[in-house]
Order: sequence, then C-alpha cells, then structure tokens
Amino acid sequence: MFRKILSPFARLFEFHARTHYRTERHSMALTLGIIVAAGVGGFVEIAPLFTIDETVEAAPDMRLYTPLEQAGRDIYIREGCYACHSQMIRTLQDEVDRYGPYSLAVESQYDHPMLWGSKRTGPDLARLGNKYSDDWHVRHLVDPRAVVPESVMPQYAFLLERTLETESLPDRLAALRAVGVPYSDEQIANADADARGQARPGTDAADVVSERYGDATSVRHFDGQRDRVTEMDALVAYLQILGGLTDAAFANQPLGEE
Amino acid sequence: MMERLTGAERQIALMICVVMATVGLVMAAAGRGDPMGSHGAIVLIAAGITTFFVLRAIGEPEPAEDRTVNYYDDPTKAGLVIALFWAVVGMGMGVWVAAQLAWPDLRFDAAWSSFGRIRPVHTSGVIFGFGGNALIATSYHVMQRTSRARLAGHVSPWFVLLGFNLFCIVAASGYLMGVTQSKEYAEPEWYADIWLVIVWVVYFVLYIRTLARRNEPHIYVANWYYMAFILVVAILHIVNNLAVPASLTGAKSYSAFAGVQDAMTQWWYGHNAVAFFLTAGFLGMLYYFLPKRAERPIYSYRLSILSFWGIVFFYIWAGSHHLHYTALPQWVQTLGMTFSVMLLVPSWASAGNALMTLNGAWHKVRDDATLRFMMVAAVFYGLSTFEGSFMAVRAVNSLSHYTDWTVGHVHAGAMGWVALITFGSIYSVVPLLWKRETMYSWKLVEWHFWLALAGTVIYVFAMWNSGIIQGLMWRTYTDSGTLAYSFTDTLVAMHPYYVARACGGALFLTGAILAAYNVYMTIRHAPEKHPERDYPTSSEAAEPAVPAAE
Ligand code: HEM
Ligand code: HEM
Repeated sequence: MFRKILSPFARLFEFHARTHYRTERHSMALTLGIIVAAGVGGFVEIAPLFTIDETVEAAPDMRLYTPLEQAGRDIYIREGCYACHSQMIRTLQDEVDRYGPYSLAVESQYDHPMLWGSKRTGPDLARLGNKYSDDWHVRHLVDPRAVVPESVMPQYAFLLERTLETESLPDRLAALRAVGVPYSDEQIANADADARGQARPGTDAADVVSERYGDATSVRHFDGQRDRVTEMDALVAYLQILGGLTDAAFANQPLGEE
Repeated sequence: MMERLTGAERQIALMICVVMATVGLVMAAAGRGDPMGSHGAIVLIAAGITTFFVLRAIGEPEPAEDRTVNYYDDPTKAGLVIALFWAVVGMGMGVWVAAQLAWPDLRFDAAWSSFGRIRPVHTSGVIFGFGGNALIATSYHVMQRTSRARLAGHVSPWFVLLGFNLFCIVAASGYLMGVTQSKEYAEPEWYADIWLVIVWVVYFVLYIRTLARRNEPHIYVANWYYMAFILVVAILHIVNNLAVPASLTGAKSYSAFAGVQDAMTQWWYGHNAVAFFLTAGFLGMLYYFLPKRAERPIYSYRLSILSFWGIVFFYIWAGSHHLHYTALPQWVQTLGMTFSVMLLVPSWASAGNALMTLNGAWHKVRDDATLRFMMVAAVFYGLSTFEGSFMAVRAVNSLSHYTDWTVGHVHAGAMGWVALITFGSIYSVVPLLWKRETMYSWKLVEWHFWLALAGTVIYVFAMWNSGIIQGLMWRTYTDSGTLAYSFTDTLVAMHPYYVARACGGALFLTGAILAAYNVYMTIRHAPEKHPERDYPTSSEAAEPAVPAAE
C-alpha cells in the first residue's frame, strides 16, 4: 500500500536523476538552471513590494529629514550604531509596551538605506525622539556609563570636538533625490547653510530652516555649544527626530498580536 | 610566483598593474580629504607591490616545462596561506569584539576602535577574508582535479585572487575609517562594489573555461555548488548594492531602495549570502574533500541532486524570516517561513549524505583528526540548519529575534560548519600541494580539533543561554501587568555569558593560530613526497576525479 503511493514519486525521481545525469554534461545548461531556480523566489517576493500600494501606508503629514538630521543619520551609519540598535518595533505586545506604537512601513519610506537592524545589544531607537533632553544625549554619548552604569555602549566624546562638514550636503541631498526623496531644488541648494542654521537659533539662517522644513523643525544648540556646529549637533538632532517624521503610527493603532 | 608565466602573460600582468596603479592614483587625487583618497593610496600601493614582482620576473627566462602536463597550483597555494592569515586576523577581531561587550572600555580611546566600526571588520574578515579566500583557493584545486584539466589561464587566477583580496583590504580599512553602507555583509561602498563585480565576472569566465577543457564527461557535484556560489553571489551583490554616490570624489552613497523594499532586498541578500557564500561553496568543499579523505564514494548521487536543487530553489525565498512581525507585509513573512521550514529537507539530505559516506570509514574518523574536522562540520551543518528552520517559525522568532540566540545560531553555522570544514580541507590539501608526506605535526591537528570543538560549544551554549534569558526577560510582566525588567536588567543578566563567549572565542582563535603555524612548518620542514597520480589526463585509468558515485 505504502509502496503503491510512493511509486509514482520514485519513478519521477528516477526519471529526474537520469535526465540530470545527461544534462550535467553541459556547463551552460547548469548555469541557466541555477539562474532560473535562484531567480524565481526573489522576484516573487520583492517585485510586488514596489507595485502593491498597500505595502506602504499613506501619511500626508510625513516630513523629510532636514540637512542637519540627514548629516546626523550619516554619522549614525558611519559609527555603526545600527549594529547594536534596531529601529523597528515589532507588532508584539511587550515591544509596544516598552517602546511605543509598532513601526509602520511609511515611517522609513525615505530611509535610504533602512536601519531596522537585526540585533538589540542596546534598546530599540525607533521612537527615541523627545524621550530625553539634548543634554542627556550629549552626556550619554560622551560617557555612557556616567549616565547608565550598566551600559556596554562605547563613548563618542570626539563628536563634540569635530566640526560638522557641511559643504557636501547639497550633493548628498541631490543623491537622495535621485533615489526618490522629494527634496526641492531650493532645499538642495541651501542644504549647507540650513544645516548650520538649525544648530544656531536666533540667526537668520535658523528662521529659514523652519520655513523650508516646517514649523515642527527643532532649532536648538543641540550639543550645548553656542560657537560652533559639531558632529554632536547633527547626531543629537537626528536622534531627536527618530519616530517624529509622521504621527501615523499613533493614529488609532490596533494592538499587536500576542 | 611568476616563473610559470610566459613572456606574453607577464606583459599582460604588467599592463593590469599599470592600469590599477592609474586607478589608484586617480582615486587618491580625486578623493583628497575623503576616505576615498586613502583607499586610492591603498590601491596604488597594492599595484606597486605587484608591479615590483612582475618587473622582477619580466627579464627571467620563460618556463621550459610543458605546462599542460601539470595542474596549476601556485594560486591555490597562495590563496590558502592568505586564508589562514585572514583567519587569524578575523577571529582575533572577533575575540576583541566579544571582549568589548563584556568589558566595554577595552579599547584605545580612538574613534576607529569602537564596537560599531570593528564588528564589520570581524564579520567581513572571517566571511570574505577567511571564507572567501578558502573558497577561491579550493575551487581552483577542485575544478582542476575533477575536470582532470589545467586551469584555463595563468593570469586570470591571480587576478581573481589578488583582486578579491584588494576588495577585502579596502573593505576592512574602510570600516575603521567609518566607510560603510550599513547593509550587513554588504558594507563596502560603491567603488569597492564595482571592483568586486569585475573580479567576479573574471572568476566565472575562468570557471566556465576550465570546465570546458575537462577530460571527464560529467561535471562533478562539487563544481555545481561552486558554480551556484559564483553565480548567485554575483546576482545578489549587484542588486543589493545598487546605489547613487553623493559625489564621484567621495565614498558616501545612498541605497537605491528605501524602507520596507530596502529591508526585503537586504535580507534577500543577507540570507542568501549565508546560503550561497557560507553554505553552497563550502558544500562544494565537503563533496570533494570528505569522500577523498575517507576514500569512500559519495553515499548517494541522487540525494546530492535533490539537495542541490532544493537548496538553490528554496533558499532564495527564505530571506523574509529576518523580518517577522515587522512592517513587511504578512504574506511575504509567511512565504519566508514556509520555505525556511521546507529548506530543512535538502539541508539534512546534504548533511546525511556526508555522514552516510563515512559509513565503513568510522575507524578513520576516530584516528584521523582531519577527517574528524569534516565529520563534525557536517554534524554542525545539520544542527544549525535545524535550528535555523526552527527559528524561522514566527512564534519562535518572536523570542529569538534581536537576541543573542541569533548570534549563537550564526556561530554554530560559522564556526562549527564553515570554519571546521575549511580547516579539514586545508589539512587534507596542504601536504598534496606542497608535495609533503603529511602535515608537519598531527598532534597539533589533534589539538586544534579539540580547541575548535570546545570553543564552538562554549560559544554556542553561552549565546543560547544569554539569548533565551534576554528574550524571556523582555516579555515578562509583573502581576500588575507592567513589564518586569528594564533593558539594563537584561544587560546585567547577560554579562557572565559574554565573558564565557570571549573565552570560547579565544580557544577557537588559539586553534586557528596553531593551524597557521602547522601549515607554515609543513611548507618549511616536512619531508617531501611526490604524489603518484596528480596530473591532468584524459585516461580513465588514472585516478578517477573522485571516488566514483554509486
Ligand atoms: C574566534 C571566534 C569568533 C569570535 C570570538 C566571534 C565573535 C563575534 C562577536 C562578538 C560578534 C558580534 C555579536 C553581537 O553583535 O552581539 C560576532 C558576529 C558575527 N560573527 Fe563572529 N566570532 C568568531 C568566529 C566567527 C567565524 C569563524 C565566522 C564566520 C565564518 C563568524 C561570523 C560572524 C557573523 C556573520 C556575525 C554577525 C552576526 C549577526 O549579525 O547576527 N564569526 N562574532
Ligand atoms: C536551513 C537553513 C537555515 C535557516 C532556515 C536559517 C534561518 C535563520 C533565521 C530564522 C535567522 C534569524 C533571523 C532573525 O531573527 O533575525 C538566521 C540568522 C542567521 N543565520 Fe541562519 N539559517 C539556516 C542556516 C544557516 C547556516 C548554515 C548559517 C551559517 C553558515 C547561517 C547563518 C546565519 C547568519 C549569519 C544569521 C544572522 C543574520 C543577521 O542577523 O545578521 N544560517 N538564520
């Protein structure tokens, strides 16, 4: 009985083995076979993500990173913060209770590349913005264990000393526009001045930043130093906007699965 | 190194060096003030050193021997030595990285030595430096032996090997300077990525041309795996690294994809880097060196076909299991989970095929540490794929994701499977290549085996504990319905396991250093012995490529 059920499979298997024995004499047949077999899965899973509209929610209030925040994001990447911190709150009750509403696709719509992360050596940062003061961040980055004694995070005191390089920001924003972030010509042209303006409240440059990027933009001495714009300014500005690009996630979110 | 090249080949080599030097110069000049400039200098120096060797050889007499009667093993030898060098560097970095998590101040107070910058030096160092060089070197060896034909070309094998190492050096030095795309296992920036594509195309052409010369009607299984490794890695690499540079004179670029599409593309890449870099290529090694060393035919030819196509087809779908419960649409998560579970069948078929091959040779496994390396590698391959399929189930992943359980799984695969099969293959091929009787010291091989096994077991158990404890603490609630533990509570709980992991890693590293020493002494001091039948031939009567199947 068992044999009977299995025998068609055995025959198929036998047939396959024999054909294979013949085709494996041809290296090009093997090459094509591999490309086709390995191509299917990726195509089926990735291509629809670009075409199905529901993949990314609509969020009319979604705003862009300011040049200073983008510069901070680039520093976050440069230092490898993503190796220890995720930016993706999963749809699980305990994560929602610990970190806030679960992450939506739209929140990283303009993140080239995304920084969802794969390991939480430190806590998730998707909703870090406005959770702590600028001063807390600066002290924490300068000496993590002075603020959180158990922490294993490295210190980044040197960021406070390094003047932020802003001349390349127009190029960087232009590259981002090339991959799909809707920066305007004006935003790109003034990226350099806007980046410095955002960390210098009270100056003319500061006022235009809010005009260009919306009133919700925070204009502050992020690193507490009035005389210069440092890499610390940029990084803290970025950390303070995490989770703040849109309110979509807070709007009536159904709770996660257990 | 150059003596087996003809005059014309030496000139081609020289031309390539000059082109490279020019590229380096242009990069150095254009990228002044940017890390790209330093990379230009590195390219220039690398080209300079190679030019020196080529120039020294260019006036020498041409090779007198008839090159077709022998295999071309010089690049293989160089590749193996370089692989051992990277093993020590990459695993040394691993121990340092591990130590920083246990004692975070264990670093010079410099920007380059922070965890985030040296961690990718570890991962790229072991995966690409150690694993990649071992794969390239053994693939040269295996494709010649199983085709019973000499490599198709004398410059291109060097180009691939040295070009690949240039990529590795640019990658590793870049991370220390903060040059990274942040995509795991695809961190190098755009110019390094373009360079790797060139190297890889040459590699594929070399492989196909050598196969075309074969004196053997069938393409042996090991070669299918190496081919899958070369081809699919090329596809993955090109797609995942699509990016727009901010400027042609700087390193920074922005990924072509964003958000959820980027996440899916990245883990389609990431998981299949595991599949086609860390698995397919090494299965190629397993399918050649294990039967060879055991002097037993592969247990089942059919099983090997089944598992080959199963692996090539199923693995590609599995990437989305890295994104369970995230903003990735649920249908993709479900597909990833389903295929990951099905993947267990071809994976265990491969592991089983390897272990069944040893039937009748168990006494050799007992006596021969080299064969034992390969046997234990097959066992760890079975274990880590079982664990992987288990972790891909959504409910399990909700606990394991983001924790050290993943890291434990990674190293069960990476140390237990990838590194052990590589060391086994190195020990079995080194005496043959350098025409030595045996390895310099079998006792050191034995020591290495036990150190590596102990190191892996300690590492993996420590991470299982730490990962599961942390995962459970995160989701524990008090009676009043609030979370019971803060994040820092979990850090305290994990500390002892981090110390244990660093110790396990140190044992493993010691083993790798012993291996490097043993290989060095074998080359230098072991008594000579010329193998009887190790040359290209069309005669079936000579040594069959591998003990025949079925
Ligand atoms: C001396 C032995 C080794 C030690 C001490 C070591 C240590 C480490 C440490 C501490 C991490 C970082 C984990 C974290 O972020 O929490 C890591 C990550 C990693 N290592 Fe190793 N490692 C060793 C050997 C290897 C080998 C031989 C391979 C591969 C062939 C490997 C591949 C990886 C990979 C792929 C990751 C990234 C894991 C992830 O992102 O989840 N390691 N290793
Ligand atoms: C049937 C085979 C396998 C399956 C289904 C599988 C599945 C998985 C799963 C579910 C994860 C965790 C994803 C997450 O929660 O983030 C993972 C991570 C990983 N696995 Fe496997 N695995 C398999 C075999 C292997 C083998 C043989 C190796 C190593 C040689 C390996 C290396 C890795 C690496 C490096 C990661 C970490 C990726 C990262 O987060 O950076 N896997 N795998």
